[in-house]
Amino acid sequence: MSAVEPGALDPWSDALSAAALLSIDPVGLKGVVLRSPPGPARDAWLAAFKRGLPAHAPIRRAPSHIDDERLLGGLDLAATLASGRPVASRGLLQECQDGVVVLAMAERCTPATGARIAAALDAEALRFSLIALDEGVEPNEEVPAVLSDRLAFTLDLADVRPSDLASPTAEALQIARDQLALVAPPDEQMLEEICRVSTAFGVVAVRAALFTLRAARASAALAGRKRIAEEDLLLAARLVLAPRAQFAPPEQEPAPSAPEEDQATTEHDEATATEAGADRLVEAVQSALPEAFLEQVLKRNAERRAVARARGSGAIAKSARRGRPLGARAGTLRSGERLDLIATLRAAAPWQPLRRRDASAPTTALVLVRRGDFRIRRFAQRLESTIIVVVDASGSAALQRLAEAKGAVETLLADAYVSRARVALIAFRNVDAEILLPPTRSLSRAKRALAGLPGGGATPLPAAIDAASALAQSERAKGRTPFIVLLTDGRGNVARDGALGRAQGEIDAIASARALRATGVSSVLIDTSPRVRPGASALANEMGAVYAPLPFVEAGAVAEVVRAHAPARR
Amino acid sequence: MRATFPFSAIVGQDDMKRALLIAAIDPGIGGVMVFGDRGTGKSTAVRALAALLPPIRAVKGCAYHCDPDIDKGACTVDCPSRSGAGAFETEDLPTPVVDLPLGATEDRVVGALDLEQALTRGEKRFEPGLLARAHRGFLYIDEVNLLEDHLVDLLLDVAASGENVVEREGLSVRHPARFVLIGSGNPEEGELRPQLLDRFGLSVDVRTPTAIADRVAVVRQRDAFDRDPKAFVAAWAKKDAAIRDRLVEARAARREVSVPDSIIEHAAALCVKIGSDGLRGELTLIRAARAYAALEEADTVTLAHLRAVALPSLQHRLRRNPLDDVGSAPRIERALAEMFDA
Repeated sequence: MSAVEPGALDPWSDALSAAALLSIDPVGLKGVVLRSPPGPARDAWLAAFKRGLPAHAPIRRAPSHIDDERLLGGLDLAATLASGRPVASRGLLQECQDGVVVLAMAERCTPATGARIAAALDAEALRFSLIALDEGVEPNEEVPAVLSDRLAFTLDLADVRPSDLASPTAEALQIARDQLALVAPPDEQMLEEICRVSTAFGVVAVRAALFTLRAARASAALAGRKRIAEEDLLLAARLVLAPRAQFAPPEQEPAPSAPEEDQATTEHDEATATEAGADRLVEAVQSALPEAFLEQVLKRNAERRAVARARGSGAIAKSARRGRPLGARAGTLRSGERLDLIATLRAAAPWQPLRRRDASAPTTALVLVRRGDFRIRRFAQRLESTIIVVVDASGSAALQRLAEAKGAVETLLADAYVSRARVALIAFRNVDAEILLPPTRSLSRAKRALAGLPGGGATPLPAAIDAASALAQSERAKGRTPFIVLLTDGRGNVARDGALGRAQGEIDAIASARALRATGVSSVLIDTSPRVRPGASALANEMGAVYAPLPFVEAGAVAEVVRAHAPARR
Repeated sequence: MRATFPFSAIVGQDDMKRALLIAAIDPGIGGVMVFGDRGTGKSTAVRALAALLPPIRAVKGCAYHCDPDIDKGACTVDCPSRSGAGAFETEDLPTPVVDLPLGATEDRVVGALDLEQALTRGEKRFEPGLLARAHRGFLYIDEVNLLEDHLVDLLLDVAASGENVVEREGLSVRHPARFVLIGSGNPEEGELRPQLLDRFGLSVDVRTPTAIADRVAVVRQRDAFDRDPKAFVAAWAKKDAAIRDRLVEARAARREVSVPDSIIEHAAALCVKIGSDGLRGELTLIRAARAYAALEEADTVTLAHLRAVALPSLQHRLRRNPLDDVGSAPRIERALAEMFDA
């Protein structure tokens, strides 16, 4: 062992332990998400993992954009055409039977591919373990949850420096593999400890508890034990549960209400033993959590949730830009059109024997394709729109205005059922604008976000317009058509830099409005001031927005205005 | 083939199990929509149920494993029940469970030109898709709310008509496709269109068990299963067989169960009271109550049966008011309490 002092946590040693446990029970533990940019740490970990594998275990690397044919197998078109008889190709997953699939850049993996691999992980017939290489940098760039849920470990090697720690030899691991089935089943107390500790960290999936148990079993086998010992459990809990933790358990709560008096002593002892065990596990997991964990996790979860929701109903940003494939249809090849090769071959296939017979001259061509066989790919552009409601939450009228804006958002969401539009809500007050509701279609989510909407304070109009503009841009990048609805009285009194002051505030608001206009995002400004003033209409003009004075803001009327002016929906 | 986790060994989730059983007794009810988080054992339950069901008798050699009694003559021309001179063999097959993967293409779902036959023999043959494989079984769609719209429409159409009509690539095929649609989804990740929701007969919410004792039981069962699947299945075989027997009897008895007029009136009054859209809710409610009564070995539907199935039959059919925070379930509960407890 290296110079790591006992007790102190060495992430690299944990990473190596995870590698060893996975190679002992690849079917039970399924795999690992390796979050790290390419670099020495990742290479070192992969090398250590490979050393521990059985001699002939296949290791295959799969790109994240792998197609179904290659992943799951199918008809080998090239070989079939060449030989004139059906040649089935094996999918990558079948080739990796009892081996390892390394999914490169797994954070780029499409939900569909993720779902396919997840189904294969669940399938009893295929036995492989998956190493998902996650090179994501942003918090929202990560392996699809459908995959990461199904893998026992998540290792973050981004800031880990590999040391020359010795990992178990291949022979030791082989012995452990053979011993695995001999480890005694867990007793009730152990199961309860595992369940308690996972609940304490907000890990609700029962799968995580199972992974903890299996990891502990593998650890016991590695140590040559016939029973799972506490240290096995500690290691397993640290590796499996810490990355999944949703929140840290409350600090040692005061002793729960006095234990019931006439409880049998033995029973009582057992209960305390379980609790003590669970507590030790909680400590172990807690020690593995990075400092300032709570803050990080809360932030991460909020961001993730926002993204997950935004991703919501299957809108795949990448493909949305070019629309979903509508299938191919017959056509001629012009520039800009994309030939669908497989569909073309499908079209040509039934005629091959006939054409060969009819061919005036003997031909060596494997496939006789005629012009009529050409199939052109078509895509349906998704005309999705995102309505960004920006509401002035400042000042005294805020409460009523806010309530109506909330009503408008919910009415719009109800529409979105049918029109497939998304709605986002930005509120601005004091010095900042805040995205209260990321673009979503979900009513339940909207209700929660809208429930606690604060009001009052100064009016940071420039910040609001900038925030709306930024959100509109990012929506546009996802292939949706943004539409901004700004509810304000047009009287900004906070400058861009957050300083109070009406004069600078208005100059900055005009500047932001012009910037928004330059982006070409269509918008409507709803003037909520009780008396119509030129300021708001001038601002609307600079924004290139439709100006709609609505002195008595009312949810139905707001929704009406939006319906009238929003870009045509599908 | 590894063993499937036994249905009777699933801990808790009684609502889901009951809904699945009812849907299996009367496929005409129209399937089950299961709402809940990932990892709550939804797919385990569906698979376990299918493994529990008695084998289906099918025309041997038919690509659609069609029913010799019902589909006879209605299947495609290739089916032995039509091509042979009236004589054909039958075979027993396990109830199919088909997973519809999220990224499935239309080709894979409805079927397409059989490339293999086309390339090697120059024959235009239809290669049945997932719908054909699901005939007389279960079509399980995880995360229905993430499914592409055009596929959803297509599925709805086939599920409603019980027949898959393919007109593409010069193929013209029509084959029976009657299946129990089982969907799962997480409402947080985007809602389902009401049109789609309405097509599901029943809907249930599942939650991860929160009580430690339940969680311990889940982990214990699963671990025992993983350690020795065969022994585990054998240990539960008797209980599974008991459920199977009840189910088979209920299937036969379902048609004999009488529904008194008072029950129909109650069902209608309930639907009016909660304002469910359309007649489908009422029809499903009666059908589900009848199937449930059959499962409970009763020969008449009682108010208790009606009440037990009211929530899963109706909760997804209420028009939701976006400004109303109260979910559908409490509204139905309240209506039930007012009607029956008074």
